[in-house]
Amino acid sequence: MTATAFADGLGPRGRRRVLVATVVSSLLLAALVAAGLRRLQANGQLRAENWRPFTDVRVLRFFLGGMINTMRAAGAAMVLALATGGLLALARLARTRWLRWPATAYVELFRGLPLYVLILFCGFGLPALDIHPGPFRALVLALTLYNGAVLAEIFRAGILSLDRGQSEAAFSLGLVYRQAMAYVVVPQAVRRMVPAIVSQLVTLLKDTSLGVAIFYEELLSRARINAVFTQRTLPSLAVVAVVYIVLNATLSRVASRLEARQRRRYGAGRIAVRGVEDLAVTTAKGAAAVEGDGLT
Amino acid sequence: MGVVRDNLDVFLLGMRTTVLLTVLSYAAALVIGTVVAACRVSPVPPLRAAGTAYVGVVRNTPLAVLIILFFSGLPDAGVIVQSRFVSAVIVLSAYTGAFVAEALRAGVNSVSRGQAEAARALGLTFPQVLWLVVIPQAFRTVVAPLGSIFIALIKNSSLAALISVHELAFTTQELLNETARPIPVFAGAAAAYLALALPSGVAVARLERALAIRR
Repeated sequence: MTATAFADGLGPRGRRRVLVATVVSSLLLAALVAAGLRRLQANGQLRAENWRPFTDVRVLRFFLGGMINTMRAAGAAMVLALATGGLLALARLARTRWLRWPATAYVELFRGLPLYVLILFCGFGLPALDIHPGPFRALVLALTLYNGAVLAEIFRAGILSLDRGQSEAAFSLGLVYRQAMAYVVVPQAVRRMVPAIVSQLVTLLKDTSLGVAIFYEELLSRARINAVFTQRTLPSLAVVAVVYIVLNATLSRVASRLEARQRRRYGAGRIAVRGVEDLAVTTAKGAAAVEGDGLT
Repeated sequence: MGVVRDNLDVFLLGMRTTVLLTVLSYAAALVIGTVVAACRVSPVPPLRAAGTAYVGVVRNTPLAVLIILFFSGLPDAGVIVQSRFVSAVIVLSAYTGAFVAEALRAGVNSVSRGQAEAARALGLTFPQVLWLVVIPQAFRTVVAPLGSIFIALIKNSSLAALISVHELAFTTQELLNETARPIPVFAGAAAAYLALALPSGVAVARLERALAIRR
Protein backbone atom coordinates (compact mmCIF):
# COMPACT_ATOMS: atom_id res chain seq x y z
CA MET A 1 0.00 0.00 0.00
CA THR A 2 2.33 2.66 -1.20
CA ALA A 3 -0.02 4.62 -3.39
CA THR A 4 -2.28 6.91 -1.51
CA ALA A 5 -3.60 9.87 -3.37
CA PHE A 6 -0.47 11.84 -2.53
CA ALA A 7 2.54 9.66 -2.87
CA ASP A 8 2.72 9.50 -6.62
CA GLY A 9 4.39 11.68 -9.14
CA LEU A 10 6.03 14.26 -6.93
CA GLY A 11 8.09 16.89 -8.65
CA PRO A 12 11.68 17.73 -7.72
CA ARG A 13 10.59 20.21 -5.08
CA GLY A 14 8.10 17.77 -3.59
CA ARG A 15 10.73 15.06 -3.46
CA ARG A 16 13.12 17.42 -1.75
CA ARG A 17 10.49 18.31 0.83
CA VAL A 18 9.75 14.66 1.47
CA LEU A 19 13.45 14.06 1.95
CA VAL A 20 13.71 16.90 4.46
CA ALA A 21 10.59 15.69 6.26
CA THR A 22 12.03 12.18 6.32
CA VAL A 23 15.24 13.32 7.94
CA VAL A 24 13.51 15.60 10.44
CA SER A 25 10.86 13.07 11.42
CA SER A 26 13.46 10.30 11.72
CA LEU A 27 15.43 12.46 14.14
CA LEU A 28 12.29 13.31 16.11
CA LEU A 29 11.17 9.70 16.33
CA ALA A 30 14.66 8.61 17.32
CA ALA A 31 14.68 11.27 20.03
CA LEU A 32 11.31 10.04 21.25
CA VAL A 33 12.51 6.44 21.44
CA ALA A 34 15.71 7.55 23.14
CA ALA A 35 13.77 9.55 25.71
CA GLY A 36 11.59 6.52 26.42
CA LEU A 37 14.60 4.26 26.80
CA ARG A 38 16.36 6.73 29.04
CA ARG A 39 13.28 6.89 31.20
CA LEU A 40 13.28 3.11 31.53
CA GLN A 41 17.02 3.10 32.15
CA ALA A 42 16.78 5.78 34.81
CA ASN A 43 14.24 3.70 36.67
CA GLY A 44 16.28 0.55 36.37
CA GLN A 45 13.82 -1.17 34.07
CA LEU A 46 16.44 -2.15 31.52
CA ARG A 47 18.71 -4.07 33.86
CA ALA A 48 18.86 -7.75 32.99
CA GLU A 49 18.13 -8.61 36.58
CA ASN A 50 14.71 -7.01 36.20
CA TRP A 51 13.79 -9.49 33.49
CA ARG A 52 15.44 -12.52 35.03
CA PRO A 53 12.20 -13.97 36.46
CA PHE A 54 11.06 -14.53 32.89
CA THR A 55 13.84 -17.03 32.32
CA ASP A 56 12.64 -19.07 35.26
CA VAL A 57 10.82 -22.18 34.06
CA ARG A 58 8.22 -21.92 36.81
CA VAL A 59 7.31 -18.38 35.84
CA LEU A 60 7.16 -19.33 32.20
CA ARG A 61 4.95 -22.28 33.01
CA PHE A 62 2.71 -20.00 35.05
CA PHE A 63 2.33 -17.65 32.08
CA LEU A 64 1.84 -20.54 29.67
CA GLY A 65 -0.94 -21.86 31.90
CA GLY A 66 -2.58 -18.43 31.76
CA MET A 67 -2.34 -18.45 28.00
CA ILE A 68 -3.93 -21.90 27.86
CA ASN A 69 -6.76 -20.65 30.06
CA THR A 70 -7.20 -17.68 27.73
CA MET A 71 -7.34 -20.01 24.74
CA ARG A 72 -9.78 -22.36 26.45
CA ALA A 73 -12.21 -19.59 27.30
CA ALA A 74 -11.83 -18.02 23.87
CA GLY A 75 -12.26 -21.33 22.05
CA ALA A 76 -15.37 -22.34 23.96
CA ALA A 77 -16.91 -18.89 23.61
CA MET A 78 -16.13 -18.76 19.88
CA VAL A 79 -17.94 -22.02 19.16
CA LEU A 80 -20.93 -21.11 21.31
CA ALA A 81 -21.13 -17.54 20.05
CA LEU A 82 -21.01 -18.63 16.40
CA ALA A 83 -23.86 -21.06 17.03
CA THR A 84 -25.88 -18.50 18.98
CA GLY A 85 -25.23 -15.82 16.39
CA GLY A 86 -26.29 -18.09 13.53
CA LEU A 87 -29.54 -19.05 15.22
CA LEU A 88 -30.29 -15.45 16.19
CA ALA A 89 -29.67 -14.22 12.66
CA LEU A 90 -32.03 -16.82 11.24
CA ALA A 91 -34.61 -15.92 13.87
CA ARG A 92 -34.29 -12.23 13.01
CA LEU A 93 -34.90 -12.97 9.38
CA ALA A 94 -37.74 -15.40 10.05
CA ARG A 95 -41.12 -14.60 8.63
CA THR A 96 -43.00 -15.13 11.85
CA ARG A 97 -42.83 -12.23 14.23
CA TRP A 98 -42.82 -14.60 17.21
CA LEU A 99 -39.25 -15.38 16.32
CA ARG A 100 -38.29 -12.07 14.80
CA TRP A 101 -39.23 -9.77 17.65
CA PRO A 102 -37.61 -11.58 20.54
CA ALA A 103 -34.45 -12.08 18.50
CA THR A 104 -34.35 -8.41 17.55
CA ALA A 105 -34.88 -7.38 21.17
CA TYR A 106 -32.12 -9.71 22.31
CA VAL A 107 -29.63 -8.48 19.73
CA GLU A 108 -30.33 -4.81 20.36
CA LEU A 109 -30.10 -5.23 24.11
CA PHE A 110 -26.92 -7.26 24.32
CA ARG A 111 -25.12 -5.34 21.61
CA GLY A 112 -25.80 -2.12 23.47
CA LEU A 113 -24.43 -3.30 26.80
CA PRO A 114 -20.78 -3.18 27.75
CA LEU A 115 -19.36 -6.69 27.82
CA TYR A 116 -17.71 -5.77 31.11
CA VAL A 117 -21.07 -5.28 32.83
CA LEU A 118 -22.28 -8.57 31.41
CA ILE A 119 -19.21 -10.31 32.79
CA LEU A 120 -19.79 -8.75 36.20
CA PHE A 121 -23.37 -9.97 36.12
CA CYS A 122 -22.37 -13.53 35.22
CA GLY A 123 -19.48 -13.57 37.67
CA PHE A 124 -20.96 -11.79 40.69
CA GLY A 125 -24.68 -11.51 39.97
CA LEU A 126 -25.53 -15.14 39.27
CA PRO A 127 -23.98 -16.44 42.52
CA ALA A 128 -26.33 -14.13 44.40
CA LEU A 129 -29.18 -15.96 42.68
CA ASP A 130 -27.69 -19.20 43.88
CA ILE A 131 -26.34 -20.11 40.47
CA HIS A 132 -22.65 -20.87 40.72
CA PRO A 133 -21.09 -21.20 37.29
CA GLY A 134 -17.52 -20.62 38.43
CA PRO A 135 -15.25 -18.07 36.73
CA PHE A 136 -14.62 -20.10 33.56
CA ARG A 137 -18.25 -20.72 32.76
CA ALA A 138 -19.29 -17.25 33.82
CA LEU A 139 -16.76 -15.72 31.43
CA VAL A 140 -17.71 -18.03 28.57
CA LEU A 141 -21.40 -17.34 29.18
CA ALA A 142 -20.92 -13.56 29.10
CA LEU A 143 -18.71 -13.72 26.01
CA THR A 144 -21.28 -15.90 24.28
CA LEU A 145 -24.24 -13.70 25.16
CA TYR A 146 -22.46 -10.60 23.88
CA ASN A 147 -20.68 -11.96 20.82
CA GLY A 148 -23.73 -13.98 19.83
CA ALA A 149 -25.58 -10.69 19.41
CA VAL A 150 -22.73 -9.05 17.50
CA LEU A 151 -22.20 -12.05 15.23
CA ALA A 152 -25.95 -12.25 14.59
CA GLU A 153 -25.74 -8.72 13.17
CA ILE A 154 -22.79 -9.68 10.97
CA PHE A 155 -24.57 -12.80 9.70
CA ARG A 156 -27.74 -10.86 9.06
CA ALA A 157 -25.90 -8.16 7.18
CA GLY A 158 -24.20 -10.84 5.09
CA ILE A 159 -27.48 -12.51 4.23
CA LEU A 160 -29.17 -9.22 3.42
CA SER A 161 -26.22 -8.12 1.30
CA LEU A 162 -26.91 -10.99 -1.06
CA ASP A 163 -28.75 -10.02 -4.18
CA ARG A 164 -32.49 -10.65 -3.90
CA GLY A 165 -32.35 -12.39 -7.23
CA GLN A 166 -30.58 -15.30 -5.54
CA SER A 167 -33.47 -16.17 -3.26
CA GLU A 168 -36.03 -15.28 -5.93
CA ALA A 169 -34.35 -17.65 -8.33
CA ALA A 170 -34.30 -20.34 -5.67
CA PHE A 171 -38.01 -19.88 -4.99
CA SER A 172 -38.84 -19.93 -8.67
CA LEU A 173 -37.03 -23.24 -8.94
CA GLY A 174 -39.50 -24.56 -6.41
CA LEU A 175 -37.29 -24.55 -3.32
CA VAL A 176 -39.09 -23.79 -0.10
CA TYR A 177 -37.81 -21.12 2.30
CA ARG A 178 -35.74 -23.55 4.30
CA GLN A 179 -34.10 -25.06 1.22
CA ALA A 180 -33.45 -21.67 -0.33
CA MET A 181 -31.74 -20.58 2.86
CA ALA A 182 -29.76 -23.77 3.34
CA TYR A 183 -28.59 -24.37 -0.22
CA VAL A 184 -28.49 -20.94 -1.83
CA VAL A 185 -28.42 -18.00 0.54
CA VAL A 186 -26.43 -19.10 3.60
CA PRO A 187 -23.50 -20.73 1.77
CA GLN A 188 -22.92 -17.61 -0.29
CA ALA A 189 -23.43 -15.26 2.62
CA VAL A 190 -21.02 -17.14 4.86
CA ARG A 191 -18.22 -16.79 2.33
CA ARG A 192 -18.71 -13.08 2.16
CA MET A 193 -18.73 -12.75 5.90
CA VAL A 194 -15.53 -14.60 6.69
CA PRO A 195 -13.37 -11.49 7.19
CA ALA A 196 -15.95 -9.81 9.42
CA ILE A 197 -16.39 -12.96 11.44
CA VAL A 198 -12.68 -13.48 11.89
CA SER A 199 -12.13 -9.93 13.07
CA GLN A 200 -14.94 -10.31 15.57
CA LEU A 201 -13.34 -13.53 16.81
CA VAL A 202 -10.05 -11.68 17.26
CA THR A 203 -11.99 -9.17 19.34
CA LEU A 204 -13.42 -12.01 21.37
CA LEU A 205 -9.93 -13.31 22.04
CA LYS A 206 -8.86 -9.88 23.28
CA ASP A 207 -11.98 -9.63 25.41
CA THR A 208 -11.15 -12.78 27.36
CA SER A 209 -8.74 -10.49 29.24
CA LEU A 210 -11.81 -9.07 30.99
CA GLY A 211 -11.90 -12.33 32.90
CA VAL A 212 -9.48 -10.51 35.20
CA ALA A 213 -12.50 -8.78 36.74
CA ILE A 214 -14.05 -12.02 37.97
CA PHE A 215 -10.79 -13.71 38.96
CA TYR A 216 -10.59 -16.10 36.03
CA GLU A 217 -6.91 -16.98 35.79
CA GLU A 218 -6.24 -16.05 32.22
CA LEU A 219 -3.08 -14.39 30.95
CA LEU A 220 -3.72 -10.93 32.35
CA SER A 221 -4.77 -12.20 35.78
CA ARG A 222 -1.70 -14.36 36.02
CA ALA A 223 0.51 -11.46 34.95
CA ARG A 224 -0.95 -9.42 37.78
CA ILE A 225 -0.35 -12.21 40.24
CA ASN A 226 3.19 -12.57 38.97
CA ALA A 227 3.65 -8.81 39.28
CA VAL A 228 2.77 -8.98 42.96
CA PHE A 229 5.03 -11.95 43.62
CA THR A 230 8.09 -10.76 41.76
CA GLN A 231 7.58 -7.06 42.44
CA ARG A 232 8.01 -6.45 38.71
CA THR A 233 4.81 -4.95 37.40
CA LEU A 234 5.96 -3.34 34.20
CA PRO A 235 7.79 -6.37 32.78
CA SER A 236 4.94 -8.75 33.66
CA LEU A 237 2.32 -6.63 31.93
CA ALA A 238 4.59 -5.85 29.00
CA VAL A 239 4.97 -9.57 28.38
CA VAL A 240 1.18 -9.93 28.23
CA ALA A 241 0.91 -7.05 25.78
CA VAL A 242 3.56 -8.59 23.53
CA VAL A 243 1.88 -12.01 23.63
CA TYR A 244 -1.44 -10.49 22.62
CA ILE A 245 0.11 -8.42 19.85
CA VAL A 246 1.85 -11.46 18.37
CA LEU A 247 -1.26 -13.62 18.73
CA ASN A 248 -3.62 -11.12 17.17
CA ALA A 249 -1.26 -10.05 14.42
CA THR A 250 -0.90 -13.72 13.44
CA LEU A 251 -4.66 -14.23 13.48
CA SER A 252 -5.22 -11.09 11.43
CA ARG A 253 -2.66 -12.25 8.91
CA VAL A 254 -4.36 -15.61 8.62
CA ALA A 255 -7.63 -13.77 8.15
CA SER A 256 -6.36 -11.58 5.35
CA ARG A 257 -4.81 -14.61 3.68
CA LEU A 258 -8.17 -16.36 3.88
CA GLU A 259 -9.81 -13.32 2.43
CA ALA A 260 -7.40 -13.13 -0.48
CA ARG A 261 -7.95 -16.81 -1.24
CA GLN A 262 -11.65 -16.25 -1.01
CA ARG A 263 -11.52 -13.53 -3.59
CA ARG A 264 -9.31 -15.53 -5.93
CA ARG A 265 -11.57 -18.55 -5.74
CA TYR A 266 -15.02 -17.13 -5.83
CA GLY A 267 -14.42 -13.65 -7.10
CA ALA A 268 -16.72 -12.62 -4.32
CA GLY A 269 -16.64 -9.03 -3.28
CA ARG A 270 -16.52 -8.67 0.43
CA ILE A 271 -19.36 -6.94 2.11
CA ALA A 272 -18.85 -3.72 3.92
CA VAL A 273 -18.75 -5.08 7.43
CA ARG A 274 -15.05 -5.79 7.41
CA GLY A 275 -14.28 -3.72 10.38
CA VAL A 276 -14.53 -0.54 12.22
CA GLU A 277 -13.29 1.23 9.10
CA ASP A 278 -16.55 0.63 7.39
CA LEU A 279 -19.22 -0.31 9.77
CA ALA A 280 -22.22 0.94 7.99
CA VAL A 281 -23.94 -1.70 5.96
CA THR A 282 -26.65 -0.49 3.74
CA THR A 283 -29.20 -3.19 3.59
CA ALA A 284 -32.50 -3.58 1.87
CA LYS A 285 -34.18 -2.49 5.06
CA GLY A 286 -32.13 0.63 5.61
CA ALA A 287 -28.85 1.08 7.32
CA ALA A 288 -27.73 -1.42 9.89
CA ALA A 289 -24.55 -0.65 11.72
CA VAL A 290 -22.44 -3.66 12.39
CA GLU A 291 -19.57 -3.74 14.78
CA GLY A 292 -16.48 -5.75 14.41
CA ASP A 293 -12.80 -5.51 14.51
CA GLY A 294 -11.43 -5.01 17.87
CA LEU A 295 -13.14 -1.97 19.17
CA THR A 296 -15.63 -3.43 21.61
CA MET B 1 -36.59 -2.13 41.11
CA GLY B 2 -36.46 -0.81 44.67
CA VAL B 3 -32.71 -1.20 44.69
CA VAL B 4 -32.34 1.07 41.70
CA ARG B 5 -34.71 3.66 43.13
CA ASP B 6 -32.84 3.71 46.42
CA ASN B 7 -29.55 4.11 44.64
CA LEU B 8 -30.70 6.43 41.91
CA ASP B 9 -28.28 9.15 42.96
CA VAL B 10 -25.34 6.73 42.81
CA PHE B 11 -26.41 5.56 39.37
CA LEU B 12 -26.74 9.12 38.11
CA LEU B 13 -23.33 10.00 39.48
CA GLY B 14 -21.88 6.97 37.72
CA MET B 15 -23.60 7.99 34.50
CA ARG B 16 -22.15 11.46 34.79
CA THR B 17 -18.64 10.08 35.09
CA THR B 18 -19.24 7.73 32.17
CA VAL B 19 -20.41 10.64 30.02
CA LEU B 20 -17.39 12.73 31.04
CA LEU B 21 -14.99 9.88 30.34
CA THR B 22 -16.57 9.25 26.96
CA VAL B 23 -16.75 12.83 25.79
CA LEU B 24 -13.25 13.82 26.92
CA SER B 25 -11.68 10.65 25.52
CA TYR B 26 -13.52 11.02 22.26
CA ALA B 27 -12.36 14.58 21.78
CA ALA B 28 -8.77 13.57 22.46
CA ALA B 29 -9.12 10.47 20.28
CA LEU B 30 -10.24 12.60 17.34
CA VAL B 31 -7.06 14.66 17.67
CA ILE B 32 -4.80 11.62 18.06
CA GLY B 33 -6.58 9.79 15.27
CA THR B 34 -6.25 12.72 12.90
CA VAL B 35 -2.53 13.05 13.55
CA VAL B 36 -1.92 9.32 13.18
CA ALA B 37 -4.02 9.09 10.03
CA ALA B 38 -2.16 12.08 8.58
CA CYS B 39 1.11 10.25 9.29
CA ARG B 40 -0.17 7.07 7.68
CA VAL B 41 -1.22 8.73 4.43
CA SER B 42 1.76 11.09 4.24
CA PRO B 43 4.50 10.45 1.69
CA VAL B 44 7.14 10.46 4.44
CA PRO B 45 8.30 6.88 5.13
CA PRO B 46 9.28 7.17 8.82
CA LEU B 47 5.98 8.86 9.68
CA ARG B 48 4.07 6.18 7.82
CA ALA B 49 5.97 3.47 9.66
CA ALA B 50 5.37 5.14 13.01
CA GLY B 51 1.65 5.50 12.30
CA THR B 52 1.37 1.87 11.21
CA ALA B 53 3.26 0.69 14.27
CA TYR B 54 1.05 2.73 16.59
CA VAL B 55 -2.15 1.38 15.12
CA GLY B 56 -0.82 -2.18 15.03
CA VAL B 57 0.29 -2.17 18.65
CA VAL B 58 -2.72 -0.42 20.11
CA ARG B 59 -5.34 -2.31 18.14
CA ASN B 60 -3.88 -5.69 18.93
CA THR B 61 -3.57 -5.15 22.66
CA PRO B 62 -6.68 -5.65 24.78
CA LEU B 63 -7.93 -2.43 26.32
CA ALA B 64 -7.90 -4.06 29.75
CA VAL B 65 -4.17 -4.76 29.38
CA LEU B 66 -3.49 -1.19 28.29
CA ILE B 67 -5.42 0.30 31.19
CA ILE B 68 -3.74 -1.87 33.80
CA LEU B 69 -0.34 -1.47 32.14
CA PHE B 70 -0.68 2.29 32.19
CA PHE B 71 -1.98 2.58 35.71
CA SER B 72 0.07 0.01 37.57
CA GLY B 73 2.93 -0.73 35.17
CA LEU B 74 4.17 2.66 34.06
CA PRO B 75 4.86 3.96 37.59
CA ASP B 76 7.75 1.46 37.48
CA ALA B 77 9.20 3.61 34.73
CA GLY B 78 8.60 6.79 36.65
CA VAL B 79 5.49 7.78 34.71
CA ILE B 80 2.98 8.46 37.42
CA VAL B 81 -0.44 9.90 36.83
CA GLN B 82 -2.09 10.40 40.19
CA SER B 83 -5.67 10.69 39.06
CA ARG B 84 -7.39 7.46 38.06
CA PHE B 85 -9.86 9.41 36.00
CA VAL B 86 -7.11 11.13 34.03
CA SER B 87 -5.34 7.79 33.53
CA ALA B 88 -8.54 6.30 32.15
CA VAL B 89 -9.02 9.25 29.80
CA ILE B 90 -5.44 8.96 28.53
CA VAL B 91 -5.69 5.23 27.82
CA LEU B 92 -9.18 5.41 26.34
CA SER B 93 -8.16 8.20 24.00
CA ALA B 94 -4.94 6.50 22.96
CA TYR B 95 -6.87 3.29 22.27
CA THR B 96 -9.79 4.91 20.50
CA GLY B 97 -7.40 7.15 18.59
CA ALA B 98 -6.05 4.12 16.74
CA PHE B 99 -9.53 3.21 15.56
CA VAL B 100 -10.30 6.78 14.61
CA ALA B 101 -7.08 6.81 12.60
CA GLU B 102 -8.12 3.68 10.74
CA ALA B 103 -11.56 5.11 10.01
CA LEU B 104 -10.03 8.34 8.73
CA ARG B 105 -7.46 6.54 6.64
CA ALA B 106 -10.18 4.44 5.03
CA GLY B 107 -12.05 7.67 4.39
CA VAL B 108 -9.06 9.35 2.80
CA ASN B 109 -8.41 6.31 0.63
CA SER B 110 -12.04 6.37 -0.46
CA VAL B 111 -11.53 9.76 -2.10
CA SER B 112 -10.62 9.09 -5.67
CA ARG B 113 -7.09 9.86 -6.74
CA GLY B 114 -8.29 12.14 -9.47
CA GLN B 115 -9.38 14.62 -6.81
CA ALA B 116 -5.90 14.94 -5.37
CA GLU B 117 -4.32 14.99 -8.81
CA ALA B 118 -6.65 17.72 -9.95
CA ALA B 119 -5.90 19.72 -6.82
CA ARG B 120 -2.17 19.38 -7.41
CA ALA B 121 -2.61 20.29 -11.04
CA LEU B 122 -4.18 23.53 -9.81
CA GLY B 123 -0.98 24.18 -7.87
CA LEU B 124 -2.18 23.44 -4.35
CA THR B 125 0.49 22.31 -1.92
CA PHE B 126 0.30 19.04 -0.02
CA PRO B 127 -1.33 20.52 3.10
CA GLN B 128 -3.79 22.38 0.91
CA VAL B 129 -4.64 19.24 -1.03
CA LEU B 130 -5.20 17.46 2.25
CA TRP B 131 -7.20 20.08 4.11
CA LEU B 132 -9.14 21.72 1.32
CA VAL B 133 -9.89 18.88 -1.04
CA VAL B 134 -9.44 15.43 0.43
CA ILE B 135 -10.50 15.82 4.07
CA PRO B 136 -13.81 17.57 3.45
CA GLN B 137 -14.80 14.75 1.12
CA ALA B 138 -13.39 12.01 3.31
CA PHE B 139 -15.23 13.43 6.31
CA ARG B 140 -18.62 12.49 4.90
CA THR B 141 -17.73 8.86 4.43
CA VAL B 142 -16.31 8.59 7.94
CA VAL B 143 -19.26 10.00 9.85
CA ALA B 144 -20.88 6.58 10.24
CA PRO B 145 -17.75 4.75 11.43
CA LEU B 146 -16.86 7.65 13.74
CA GLY B 147 -20.37 7.40 15.18
CA SER B 148 -19.95 3.68 15.80
CA ILE B 149 -16.62 4.42 17.45
CA PHE B 150 -18.32 6.89 19.77
CA ILE B 151 -20.95 4.36 20.78
CA ALA B 152 -18.29 1.70 21.28
CA LEU B 153 -16.39 4.17 23.45
CA ILE B 154 -19.41 4.57 25.74
CA LYS B 155 -19.22 0.83 26.29
CA ASN B 156 -15.43 0.71 26.48
CA SER B 157 -15.37 3.41 29.13
CA SER B 158 -16.71 0.72 31.47
CA LEU B 159 -13.19 -0.70 31.65
CA ALA B 160 -12.18 2.31 33.71
CA ALA B 161 -13.78 0.33 36.51
CA LEU B 162 -10.70 -1.90 36.39
CA ILE B 163 -8.75 0.92 38.00
CA SER B 164 -11.64 1.91 40.27
CA VAL B 165 -12.89 4.98 38.47
CA HIS B 166 -16.37 5.51 39.85
CA GLU B 167 -18.29 5.29 36.61
CA LEU B 168 -21.37 3.31 35.73
CA ALA B 169 -19.79 -0.15 35.58
CA PHE B 170 -18.00 0.40 38.88
CA THR B 171 -21.27 1.51 40.46
CA THR B 172 -22.89 -1.62 39.08
CA GLN B 173 -20.12 -3.76 40.48
CA GLU B 174 -20.46 -2.18 43.92
CA LEU B 175 -24.21 -2.56 43.98
CA LEU B 176 -23.95 -6.17 42.81
CA ASN B 177 -21.67 -6.90 45.72
CA GLU B 178 -23.57 -4.88 48.31
CA THR B 179 -27.20 -5.60 47.59
CA ALA B 180 -27.32 -9.23 46.45
CA ARG B 181 -30.15 -8.18 44.14
CA PRO B 182 -28.44 -8.76 40.81
CA ILE B 183 -31.44 -8.64 38.48
CA PRO B 184 -32.68 -5.12 39.28
CA VAL B 185 -29.13 -3.79 39.48
CA PHE B 186 -28.28 -5.30 36.11
CA ALA B 187 -31.51 -3.98 34.62
CA GLY B 188 -30.70 -0.53 35.97
CA ALA B 189 -27.22 -0.61 34.49
CA ALA B 190 -28.58 -1.84 31.16
CA ALA B 191 -31.17 0.94 31.11
CA ALA B 192 -28.52 3.53 31.94
CA TYR B 193 -26.16 2.38 29.18
CA LEU B 194 -28.95 2.15 26.64
CA ALA B 195 -30.09 5.62 27.68
CA LEU B 196 -26.65 6.84 26.65
CA ALA B 197 -26.15 4.70 23.56
CA LEU B 198 -29.54 4.93 21.88
CA PRO B 199 -29.74 8.75 21.64
CA SER B 200 -26.16 8.77 20.37
CA GLY B 201 -27.16 6.29 17.68
CA VAL B 202 -30.10 8.43 16.64
CA ALA B 203 -27.93 11.55 16.59
CA VAL B 204 -25.31 9.84 14.43
CA ALA B 205 -27.91 8.64 11.97
CA ARG B 206 -29.33 12.15 11.75
CA LEU B 207 -25.90 13.72 11.26
CA GLU B 208 -25.16 11.19 8.58
CA ARG B 209 -28.34 12.05 6.71
CA ALA B 210 -27.65 15.76 7.06
CA LEU B 211 -24.15 15.46 5.62
CA ALA B 212 -24.94 12.98 2.86
CA ILE B 213 -24.34 14.35 -0.59
CA ARG B 214 -27.23 13.97 -2.92
CA ARG B 215 -25.93 13.25 -6.34
